[in-house]
Amino acid sequence: MSDSIDLRALLAESGVGEVLDELDRELVGLAPVKTRLREIASLLVVDKARASLGVEGAKPSLHMCFTGNPGTGKTTVATRMATILHRLGHVRRGHLVSVTRDDLVGQYIGHTAPKTKEVLKRAMGGVLFIDEAYYLYRPENERDYGQEAIEILMQVMENQRDDLVVIFAGYKSRMDTFFQSNPGLGSRVAHHIDFPDYAVPELLAIADTMVAGLGLHLSVDGRGALEEYLRLRRQQPNFANARSLRNALDRARLRQARRLLEAGRVDADMLMTIEAADIRASRVFDAVRAQGAAEETPC
Amino acid sequence: MRITQGTFSFLPDLTDEQIGRQVDYALQQGWAVSIEYTDDPHPRNTYWEMWGMPMFDLKDAAGLLTELRECRKTHADCYIKVNAFDSTRGFETMRLSFIAHRPPEEARYRLRREESEGRLLRYTLERA
Repeated sequence: MSDSIDLRALLAESGVGEVLDELDRELVGLAPVKTRLREIASLLVVDKARASLGVEGAKPSLHMCFTGNPGTGKTTVATRMATILHRLGHVRRGHLVSVTRDDLVGQYIGHTAPKTKEVLKRAMGGVLFIDEAYYLYRPENERDYGQEAIEILMQVMENQRDDLVVIFAGYKSRMDTFFQSNPGLGSRVAHHIDFPDYAVPELLAIADTMVAGLGLHLSVDGRGALEEYLRLRRQQPNFANARSLRNALDRARLRQARRLLEAGRVDADMLMTIEAADIRASRVFDAVRAQGAAEETPC
Repeated sequence: MRITQGTFSFLPDLTDEQIGRQVDYALQQGWAVSIEYTDDPHPRNTYWEMWGMPMFDLKDAAGLLTELRECRKTHADCYIKVNAFDSTRGFETMRLSFIAHRPPEEARYRLRREESEGRLLRYTLERA
């Protein structure tokens, strides 16, 4: 073919580059996710180029599944996904409708279908994000209405894939069983994206953005204490990555506020700094302190 | 006889794409769209059956078109119209309403003439 197309220009024109760069800047880590997003973006740009040459292919199926531990940024990325797909012209409106089992499944016979359809209608032209999707399927109750919702979902995902993109999200192991018990659904989801846990340095980088967003900053000692805190907290059960971090910072803010009130007079710098003491007061350090005390008093 | 009521009724029937564009316009204005059908399209019959609830929170015409297709399948021999309701204070009424489906054979009406007191004549439309 003699016509050549400048793909880079096409990419720049769509404004997707900006969204992807923004994603790179604002979201720490998540390398596999970003790679996959770039791949999808490239695919859509190349498809656009093909279409402009008159080679019309079927639109790719972009239903996705986000798996990962709590607090790894699944919802955040889903919101961005809607924007990206909108800029690339894959969805017409680019809004995100976020639902869980309660919004899809009814309470009595004949209640589920209208409810699911209603949600699907609202999501058309945008992205439907189903959080904790594995709750839709309850194998222990054979009369559960979740199955009905899944069937309607599958039908729309297949027949109207121009109209909406469905993103499932949930914890890895439970999503795997969910797809195993619903093979039809699993095969209609083309992209399975796994969100890795954050490493400590990544969490620290996230902490910096979070703290900055609150108009505060961490002192050098405070940052060291936070690092230590994260190392300890990661080994404890129920560690929810960025969400645990947010909670830890919220508690640190409370302690900082109390400390400042006790101090009486403060200057601007003190008002804006989270010190090591605010973080070290956390219960997570209890074990360490107990250990330290045990070492000091040998018996 | 071609039934003419609502917007666009003197134009050729709208295609699904054109219906979609009209609905998109209505949604842009913040109007809620809904579907109604009837087998009695008499101009004085203002009460058509509702096809489901009005679709609030719709962002895109695709949702309405899905319902419209469903409704056509079920009520192929009825008239189906698409309404757009404006809830702005002061309007609180339909701002757009057009027929989106006609039965293969349109309803026929004839004018009936009735003698009344004196030489008074009354006219009424009657289903033929």
